[in-house]
Amino acid sequence: MPKKRSSAKSAGKSITKTGAQIIVDTLIEQGVETMFGYPGGVVLPLFDKLYDAPIRFIVPRHEQGGCHMADGFARATGKVGVIVVTSGPGACNLVTGLATAMMDSVPIVALTGQVRTELIGNDAFQEADTTGITRPVTKYNSIVKDVKELARAIREAFHIASTGRPGPVLIDIPVDIQVAKCSDDDGTELKLPGYKIMRGGHARQISSAAAAINASERPVLYVGGGVISANASEELRALAEKAHIPVTMTLLGLGSYDQSKAESLDMLGMHGTAYANYAVQECDLLIAVGARFDDRVTGKVKTFAPHAKIVHIDIDPASISKNVHVDIPVVGDAKHILGELAKEVEYGERKAWFSRIAGWKKKHPLGYDRNSSVIKPQYVIEQVCEQTGGEAIITTGVGQNQMWAAQFYRFHRARQLISSGGLGTMGYGLPAAIGAQVGRPDATVIDIDGDHSFNMTLTELRTAVEYELPIKVCILNNGYMGMVRQWQELFYNKRYSKTYLANPEYAEVAEALGAAGIMVEKKADVPKAIRKMLAEKKPCVVDFRVEREENVWPMVPAGASISEMDGLDILESMA
Amino acid sequence: MKHIISALVENKPGVLAHVAGMFAARAFNIDSLVVGRTEDPALSRMTIVVVGDDRVVEQVRKQLAKIVPVVKVQDFVGQPVVARDLMLISISAPAEKRPEIISLIETFKGKVVDIGQKFVMVEISGPEAKIEGFIEMCRPYGIKSVARTGTIAMPRQSKVSGE
Repeated sequence: MPKKRSSAKSAGKSITKTGAQIIVDTLIEQGVETMFGYPGGVVLPLFDKLYDAPIRFIVPRHEQGGCHMADGFARATGKVGVIVVTSGPGACNLVTGLATAMMDSVPIVALTGQVRTELIGNDAFQEADTTGITRPVTKYNSIVKDVKELARAIREAFHIASTGRPGPVLIDIPVDIQVAKCSDDDGTELKLPGYKIMRGGHARQISSAAAAINASERPVLYVGGGVISANASEELRALAEKAHIPVTMTLLGLGSYDQSKAESLDMLGMHGTAYANYAVQECDLLIAVGARFDDRVTGKVKTFAPHAKIVHIDIDPASISKNVHVDIPVVGDAKHILGELAKEVEYGERKAWFSRIAGWKKKHPLGYDRNSSVIKPQYVIEQVCEQTGGEAIITTGVGQNQMWAAQFYRFHRARQLISSGGLGTMGYGLPAAIGAQVGRPDATVIDIDGDHSFNMTLTELRTAVEYELPIKVCILNNGYMGMVRQWQELFYNKRYSKTYLANPEYAEVAEALGAAGIMVEKKADVPKAIRKMLAEKKPCVVDFRVEREENVWPMVPAGASISEMDGLDILESMA
Repeated sequence: MKHIISALVENKPGVLAHVAGMFAARAFNIDSLVVGRTEDPALSRMTIVVVGDDRVVEQVRKQLAKIVPVVKVQDFVGQPVVARDLMLISISAPAEKRPEIISLIETFKGKVVDIGQKFVMVEISGPEAKIEGFIEMCRPYGIKSVARTGTIAMPRQSKVSGE
């Protein structure tokens, strides 16, 4: 996604502008129409210029929420999410949001105010070493100490955030730089001698990968979020169809391949489907695309895909052979490489392989007790999926709610599932939904959340009301921090240590904050409540009182191979 | 095994912290890390000695290269290099031991840079093994303190060794 940089923008040669004006002008030049942020002392000059700037501005209730909103906006639209906050506490409150974006490779530009240059290092009021604190959770950061470098620093931030393996970039801007006048900036040329992106993909490596595919009897495509950030879903579909290869996706990869297609093996890993995990363990060729062999995917690394030759297509060379030895690495842009690869592959019938997979699919479908009289969380998600035609944008909290959303909503398109995969940030769902709705005003955006995930950032419901963003929240309310409780049940002898908290009446909280609220206790009321929620013009929270001690199955216990799944017998007994 | 990694980096504030932070965050062990200016004022060179198997060092190299202000990374393993350490060492040297200490210093091509009633301070440079050897030889006399730069290195251009 190369950013357009107008060369005519070396204007300002004769015009004198303040740093704050330069920031606003550079944001507009970079195509920013929407941004998120929270005012404060050392960003007053910037906010003064934002007062009448042609940029839609969303103020969250807390900077962490704002950062997740920028993240949700970026994931839903593919654009760079922009957040601006003040120094010290404002900047510190971004850390969780930046780390979330860093782990999931989401392009964000964060601008933070900083105390006056001459005060830096003196423990001034609201001073924090922002670049020091955020260095491990950003792709790049820097502090601007000369107003002449300001425009270039911001342009570089957008370039770095949105190219290669995307990620968050932070620029720290002392308040005196915002008020300093500048008539001659550093020019539009980026100065990044150490920033190189390998886009192309080595032709010989691509040919070896194609040859491996053509020779394979039991191939599997294992795709991650990289396919979505590379906008390569179409190329993935073409390759999978042309060569006839089953596709399994990571949590972040869901949506990159249409789950209604026969080749879809759905999600793999710790709470993946049995058929995906079995297929990976039996395949003779694993083609990883934009995925990073995360421990939640591989289980015990030593026994992961033991019979497979591994092809790894990734834009980040450091991802290759980090966790698993790769036989055929192809470094570059997934869209380009998948396109090239498709040219060289041939259709393979692979009848035995597909019939083996069909057998697993038949024997081990996902499921739950459909005859239960209480509301099963999976049932809620299935209903949401049905009533939205599988077309909604779904955000999630973290834990059981997230896994069930991944298992029971059927995704068709990229950027439909927005979830904190790598960092696993509870409280992500609501602000991410707000950001997604800002970016996709016409879409139905639903946060499938857990009660305690929702508790963490529910203050942002007021933000949704304030900006008239009709997001929906489905709380799968079991009173517990469900996934931790599940582990306590399975591995700590049901000693539910500190995982229960008394919740408020969410429907009333929602109403008090200006949103609509619905509480559902009876299974029979679920479809009606969802209909009402979808028809609601206001933000709407539905509090589903679900089965208290439902578990997510199947489950690969920590340290086991991914074919060693618990809960298959339970699923079978309920089928 | 030990690898000498040379990284050309932008001469900007925060780069050293970024590199050091990456090593700590990813649990890579640094034996030594030296930063100095180069012929180009915009660039510094970091010479990092890392201990680890090939896979670990490969990751170190890639993770270093990934840091935006890091311009170029080379692993010198398997190629002829000139690697040097510089040390200042202060040794107990009472009058009666002094002649043998001086002769030891000469053998190692060291240089006496400070001298008092009871000590000598020596400047000595060379490959790490030579420095370690000198330290061992000095131990019986009593070492007061040691300051070392850590290794800097450059690959050999010619096939001829000057050593």
